[in-house]
Amino acid sequence: MRLPESQRERFQLLLTAAIDGELDAQTRPQFEHFVQHYPECQAEWLKYSKLKEVTQAMQFKNPPPEVWENYWRSVYNRLERGFGWLLLSLGAVILLTYGGFKAIEALWADTEVELVMKIAILAVLAGTAVLLVSVLREKLFTARTDKYQKEIER
Amino acid sequence: MPESEAENDQALVLRSQRGERHAFGLLVQRHMQRAYFTALALTGSPEDARDLSQEAFVRAYRAITKFDATAGAFFTWYYRILRNLCLNLRRDRGRRARPFAEIGESVMAQVAAAPEADPAVLAERNEMQEALWRALASLQPVAREVIVLKDFQGMSYKEMAEALHCPVGTVMSRLYEARRRLRELMEDYL
Repeated sequence: MRLPESQRERFQLLLTAAIDGELDAQTRPQFEHFVQHYPECQAEWLKYSKLKEVTQAMQFKNPPPEVWENYWRSVYNRLERGFGWLLLSLGAVILLTYGGFKAIEALWADTEVELVMKIAILAVLAGTAVLLVSVLREKLFTARTDKYQKEIER
Repeated sequence: MPESEAENDQALVLRSQRGERHAFGLLVQRHMQRAYFTALALTGSPEDARDLSQEAFVRAYRAITKFDATAGAFFTWYYRILRNLCLNLRRDRGRRARPFAEIGESVMAQVAAAPEADPAVLAERNEMQEALWRALASLQPVAREVIVLKDFQGMSYKEMAEALHCPVGTVMSRLYEARRRLRELMEDYL
């Protein structure tokens, strides 16, 4: 007797659950009915059970023991370094903003520098600032629209 | 995961949320091997697996206050962070990723240590393991992932559904399809 096509998808799901030991008391009789009444179901059950045995026995190459010994230390160091980077970035932004402002102020007040040079220097600084803001905004926009954003704290 | 272990995880998460790094360290030590091997299965590179699994722990710590320990298992939540880091890496590297077949371990060396082992059985088992790694390598990443989570990590359907953000039915269909393809590739050995 052949398995009706309308029943095939149901059997496939039950077979998957049976292989993984996730059949419950309600679905077990249905699965047993399939296996007992349809030889092709029984054959599939045997083949997939064999495959499950093989996949469950798979092993990965173990890394050297030092990897496990130093694992938490490495994570800890990264956490610490993250805080360090945050402080460094914050300090750098404040220093650069203040220093930049003072430099522009001094340049503008300097009577020995020609007006053309002053304009050129200011244009270079303004251009750099615009580019920086543009890159930052793009990064921020990507982070906001990234579908993985919920999981990854950037 | 046994219930007592989940409870311990929950207690450690709560302590981590209060800023106790030591508690988070215990969580890391408890899950580091699962994390590393899962990353290895997804990236195919031991260096990347170590780097990304550690980075995922760092990001998990930074976001730990957002995690509701009563709603799900820590590792399932952590896995989502890890998975996305691995996907980003694969996206960035494209086809330059290391062949997955290189990371499998032959059981030969371990089983051969037993003096009573039959050489013919060992050879056959070893050959089957190698075939399995080759077959896994040729699967689509999504298919390989469900096999690894279920058969290697031993996650339940519910945990997989949480980790993969999809219904249990989808997890089961993906598993069936992945195994169907794997069985075709392993036809000569089963």
